[in-house]
Amino acid sequence: MFAYTIKRILLMIPTLLGVAILVFFMLRVMPGDDVVDLMLRAEGANVPQHVIDAERARLGLDQPIVIQFFSWFGGILQGDLGLSMWTGRPVAYEIGQRLELSLQVALMATILAVLIALPLGTLSAIFKNTWIDHAIRIFSIAGLAVPSFWLGMIIILLLLTNFGWIPPLNFVSFFEDPWHNLSQLIWPALAVGYRYSAVATRMTRSSILEVMQEDYIRTARAKGVFERLVVARHGMRNALLPVVTVIGLEFAFLIGGLVVTEQVFALNGIGRLFVQAVTRGDYTMIQALVLLVAVTFILVNFLIDMLYAVLDPRIRYS
Amino acid sequence: MRRTTFAITTALAFWLAAPDAATAQEPKRGGILNFAVSAEPPNYDCHANTSFAFVHPVRPSYNTLLRFVPDNYPEIEGDLAESWDISDDGLTYTFQLRQGVKFHDGSDFTSRDVKASYDRIRDPADGVRSIRQAAYADIESIETPDDHTVVVKLSAPNAAMLSQFASPWDCIYSAAKLDEDPRWPEQNVMGTGPFTFVEHSAGSHWIGERFEDYWDEGKPYLDGFRATFIRGAPMVNALAAGEVLVEFRGQSPADRDRLVSQLGDKAVVQESPWTCVLIVALNTEKPPFDDARVRRALSLAIDRYTGAEALSRIALVREVGGLLRPGYELAASQEEMESWPGFSRDIEASREEARRLLAEAGQENLSFTFTNRNVPMPYTPVGVFLIDQWRQIGVTAEHEQLETRLYQSKLRGDELEAGLDFHCDYMDEPNLQLIKYISSDKSSINYSGYDNPRVDELYEAQARELDMEARKGYIREIEKIAMEDAYNIPTIWWHRIIVHHDTLKNWHITPSHYLNQDLSEVWLDQ
Repeated sequence: MFAYTIKRILLMIPTLLGVAILVFFMLRVMPGDDVVDLMLRAEGANVPQHVIDAERARLGLDQPIVIQFFSWFGGILQGDLGLSMWTGRPVAYEIGQRLELSLQVALMATILAVLIALPLGTLSAIFKNTWIDHAIRIFSIAGLAVPSFWLGMIIILLLLTNFGWIPPLNFVSFFEDPWHNLSQLIWPALAVGYRYSAVATRMTRSSILEVMQEDYIRTARAKGVFERLVVARHGMRNALLPVVTVIGLEFAFLIGGLVVTEQVFALNGIGRLFVQAVTRGDYTMIQALVLLVAVTFILVNFLIDMLYAVLDPRIRYS
Repeated sequence: MRRTTFAITTALAFWLAAPDAATAQEPKRGGILNFAVSAEPPNYDCHANTSFAFVHPVRPSYNTLLRFVPDNYPEIEGDLAESWDISDDGLTYTFQLRQGVKFHDGSDFTSRDVKASYDRIRDPADGVRSIRQAAYADIESIETPDDHTVVVKLSAPNAAMLSQFASPWDCIYSAAKLDEDPRWPEQNVMGTGPFTFVEHSAGSHWIGERFEDYWDEGKPYLDGFRATFIRGAPMVNALAAGEVLVEFRGQSPADRDRLVSQLGDKAVVQESPWTCVLIVALNTEKPPFDDARVRRALSLAIDRYTGAEALSRIALVREVGGLLRPGYELAASQEEMESWPGFSRDIEASREEARRLLAEAGQENLSFTFTNRNVPMPYTPVGVFLIDQWRQIGVTAEHEQLETRLYQSKLRGDELEAGLDFHCDYMDEPNLQLIKYISSDKSSINYSGYDNPRVDELYEAQARELDMEARKGYIREIEKIAMEDAYNIPTIWWHRIIVHHDTLKNWHITPSHYLNQDLSEVWLDQ
């Protein structure tokens, strides 16, 4: 198990290095930079070229691209993500301001999804082709078909038209004011969690149906084990492997992928920061965010692999 | 629809009555003003910024030397200056400063702070960004004979200089802080303004609270303000739900109608012509737009009057004008405008002339890529409108809508064929608006590549001319050249619409979304 863990950790290094190189050089291929945008975006002041050149030099954009890369990557190795080219503040600070919100929404959506998907998926499999199965399948297919942002818009409009109320605009930590926090984040968690649960419900159903055809299930039944125990102890545990994968990957996606949902609910999260960074041409911010998402995916994959090993002992020894 | 129209009428009527009602009412003290800002300031330095996203949250913490009278634009009054005097030759400006003014850190405001701030703008230290450096190039020296007198000497008369001292961007900083670090204002907010800075939560909000030692006794009326960074539909929802009382940049006609319909008699609508215009920039360095006939044909094809009327129902544009905002005292009269190519009321005759010019230039089947910004309001509807207008003279334009950064890059690059450019200023002033039309080697925002020394001479002459009538003469001549050479073609001017809750009192719309934002006069009726 130890060797397996070390091997998985070592594999993260080349992955992250590849991501860093790719994102850095791909960004430089794009035309324009934030200097022009920063100075000319709105008012259109007559900024002399030498002022633009000076600003570009201040940000190091006049340096050869390889020098720029090593300067940035050197900082990364020392834990310094650099300064935002747009705000001049540390990138780590800007991300830190939004990370708690994104993590909480992702976590709440995941909890909702798991609470909905596991029982519904199991019921659907057990009562295959009955009205229960049909109802659950309609519910989950609707979840897949309805985009989260659209559901979010409907939720907001219903709240506004029926109660003249919308969720609070400003994020307050759960530990400071749980009521304010939940009244803001429960709605996006519902909108996202519904789609998320639909994916997991479908996966749970098909996985359990597959497992329930296995020889060891037939053996358990032949031994006279109660059906409930067959499903819970022998079926569910083995069926969970692909479900865990889906849940993990969805969670990782939610950290940086709630771009439109965050916009609909006016949430100050990582997804919105991502869009702002791209539109502003804030290279250092984009690079850090891509790395953050990559690290999240790698860590989640790592945890999934570890969980596999717990759920299936064969993996530990292979 | 009828209900909406009625509601708008009611709200407009309320607004028209509002100034009287507001002056009649005794201002109430207290309350926090929640307002929305649809973008966020990149840093805190007035001298380095260009966006309303900066002005709206930051300006309440600062004063400027002069300011535009909040309810009587474009009249100017003293802000930190109590009075001023201009020498007969227009070369010396003497300002008497207010006494007893304090910075938020408790230090005294003196003439040294004014000098340090303007020196920073006109001659920035290394690493300091000064966006408006060129506007103050005529300042030869700034002297401070005593703590409350500032003498600004110019090397040549400048017709815009007095109003430039009322620029919302020229915040007065503490000289002591600038001595410590000339870049100190980039990451710190500390002025003499009515509100002290409390908090900026990146991506979320900005909080200011009343400065108890503010020099204007009894003001500000508000206890504080909270600016929330929110845009698009969520912003309109927040306005409708009363989470924010106002957004100061402007709403689209559709959002105005929706808000008025939802808020009913709680909505107040203020509207104004806007010092912003959309301009068609044509690359004069590449065929076919190196031929003035082709460019003029494109201008002739645009039915501005019908377009303005139709577009004003769906987009935030309304006024037909030339190089200066229609309604501004130096702008061309309607009669003068109608003599320019493309501004005649007889659109059929104009289009006939356009077809003739295209045929003469051998461009009967002209087609090109029209670059636009992928911002819906007002770029998309105006872009679509223009393409349709050109189609009517047989010209095909492919609408290329780019994300802002790529759009800016394309406008400034050699690859541009034609693009929808924009220009916004904080006040009506030919020195600012005409920069778009002087030679491209002298203007970093003239993307057409057009050079004409005569236009530059005229620009210089009008800038130096202190006699209004004589100045108008120079401007008319520039307009004539610009309209006939049609390298940057003004289309339709923007129209500013603000819908706010009726609890917000004593805020007055101006033609610029950069002005009247120190919030010192605003109060809440709650």
